[in-house]
Amino acid sequence: MAQLAAVVGVGQTKYKTKRGDVSIAGLVREAAQNALNDAQLTWDDIDAVILGKAPDMFEGVIMPELYLTDALGCNGKPMLRVHTAGSVGGSTAIVAASYVQSGVFKRILTVSFEKQSESNAMWALSNPQPFSPHLNAGAGGYFAPIIREYMRRSNAPYDAGIKVAVKDRLHGAKNPLAHLQLPEITMKEVEDSPMLWEPLRFLEACPSSDGACAMVIANEDLAEQSPGKPAWIRGAAMRSEPTMYAGREQVNPQAGRDCAKDVYKQAGIDNPRKDLDCAEVYVPFSWYEPMWLENLGFAEDGKGWELTMSGATSLLEGGDIPWNCSGGVLSSNPIGASGMIRFAEAAQQVRGEAGDHQVDGAKTALGHAYGGGAQFYSMWVVSSEKH
Amino acid sequence: MSSSAEILSQAFTLGYTYTRSTGPIVGQFLTALRDRKMVGIKGSDGKVLMPPVEFDPVSAQALSDFVDVADCGVVQTWSWVSEPRKAHPSDKPFAWALIKLDGADTPMLHWVDADDAAQMSTGMRVKARWAEKTQGLISDINGFVPEATALSEDYQANEAEEPITGIDSPSYLTYNFTAGGATARYLAELKKGKLVGQRCPSCENVYIPPRGSCAACGVATTDEVELTNKATVESFTIVYIPIPNNPIKPPYVIANLVLDGANISFLHLLSECKNEDVRIGMRVEAVWKPEEEWGYAMENIQYFKPIDEPDVPVEEIGKLKKGGR
Ligand SMILES: [Zn+2]
Repeated sequence: MAQLAAVVGVGQTKYKTKRGDVSIAGLVREAAQNALNDAQLTWDDIDAVILGKAPDMFEGVIMPELYLTDALGCNGKPMLRVHTAGSVGGSTAIVAASYVQSGVFKRILTVSFEKQSESNAMWALSNPQPFSPHLNAGAGGYFAPIIREYMRRSNAPYDAGIKVAVKDRLHGAKNPLAHLQLPEITMKEVEDSPMLWEPLRFLEACPSSDGACAMVIANEDLAEQSPGKPAWIRGAAMRSEPTMYAGREQVNPQAGRDCAKDVYKQAGIDNPRKDLDCAEVYVPFSWYEPMWLENLGFAEDGKGWELTMSGATSLLEGGDIPWNCSGGVLSSNPIGASGMIRFAEAAQQVRGEAGDHQVDGAKTALGHAYGGGAQFYSMWVVSSEKH
Repeated sequence: MSSSAEILSQAFTLGYTYTRSTGPIVGQFLTALRDRKMVGIKGSDGKVLMPPVEFDPVSAQALSDFVDVADCGVVQTWSWVSEPRKAHPSDKPFAWALIKLDGADTPMLHWVDADDAAQMSTGMRVKARWAEKTQGLISDINGFVPEATALSEDYQANEAEEPITGIDSPSYLTYNFTAGGATARYLAELKKGKLVGQRCPSCENVYIPPRGSCAACGVATTDEVELTNKATVESFTIVYIPIPNNPIKPPYVIANLVLDGANISFLHLLSECKNEDVRIGMRVEAVWKPEEEWGYAMENIQYFKPIDEPDVPVEEIGKLKKGGR
């Protein structure tokens, strides 16, 4: 039987287009130090470090974990790198949590980062290759046809994506760390923004950010001694599926549904909309909110957009199940860190530490990440209560 | 399966023009190099680390106490490079060396310009040979030389005053990219103007381009199926962003197309129609380049164009008929 583990410290950097003031080491250090400070711990209190980032191509530093051992205080300690494309921030947190749950380590520092300003992420994802035509135009070009198919089969109104784009930016304006600060954004502004990959507009896509996120995860004894409120990890699950196979359901992928089912079962959640107080879900393109509302069981198939349009996912409209109160990936996207930010923000909500974007009295929250061609999923449920 | 497939291989260079933010510590080291000065940093145990690092490797503390270090010192160990490669700092044989500069407690890696390996020895004294023109890079030290070597100090003055905060760090990786067996077969057929996929022996789905296996069943695919030029639009996007080094002008339509008889889509361009007329279920066919231009490439098909056939119901696109095939 797995032991209990909890998040006892969270640290993030400010997210922005370019953190020209710090090296990659300085960037991860800032988040890690903030997490240690939050947990009132020092480097000596950490047993192991688990690091995650998206493909090395983004910064061109191959195996950056080697060079980051100094910055992350790994002298004499195990250091491990996790690698699952865009979902990596989430799976890194889960790997860290499982080392604590299994009793191998008592207290782990887990960190993830991306310094996208050091390269061009869009083309790093879509580089030409011999023997295949170069028709990929970044992640947006990959996901746009899948979104189009969702719109067709759900009969969603054309502006459901626009609504998400506005809602998440208004949430982001409540989070001082969010990259985009657009408190005045309107539906019209999003609608009038340039079309990039029809049906996706510029303001319906995530920004490109520099940033890092870190958490300290401790076992039950140490979490109870922690000065701050712990976020108890009530369930954690990962699933994968191949990117390309005949008959693959791309709009509502099976791996995502299975992963959600698993994590809910562990956490004793029967009805996610009712049993969770809020969720931080990886939505890099606006339409993925209604799509994931269905994939994660918050709405019936074809009805996710109704929740979005009703304001149910909006903190500012007093929705019953706010999604991405931090502003989400649509407001900040340091790719490798984006999944961990979801997990960390879920923890901050149940710790009551989310500041101006706090959901009143939040007890139980979902953190979610996906990556690759929507083929890697990682999710956790955290709670203010142990059981 | 025919064994006539050629092995297709192509040199391929992947390149990115990375930039690197140095952060304050490495930035100050590079700024000092530009002024032909060496600076180290004091570690938490009081020892001087050279080159300076941002965080103490033992205690993990953030470091900030810079210390001037001499531009001469002692070779601690070395390795002779008798056949320099293109990326090496010297085009004649040289030594990589760990050099402990006077005033530093850790050695730094650089290169020593020596006539031959016999000139090199552990414990030998060397001094920096500064570049005539410096830019704030590690190559501002144009190698080290034995201390007795006379150097002309014909330096260009450095006029830049802004501290170094970033450097360019482009990276080019050259691969020999070999297409796998299934891809080579597929491309060889494409060169003949044929679209040939593979059928999974387990689920009977037809893959094009074939990947040599079915990812759903986890089995190898060998059974080849020739497909037609006709396809159905499964979904699509209209792209408004140009692809670098690609003549296609935006806005262009990239469609997920399922060839008749296939059960998976691939991406290709759609043309000869208004972008706003493209729809899911639309029937299209391949427009091939002139035969003399055919090569081992999907680009033999210039694009797909609409044809006058009724749309395919969405639930039938790419699906196996009842009872397979
Ligand atoms: Zn199969």
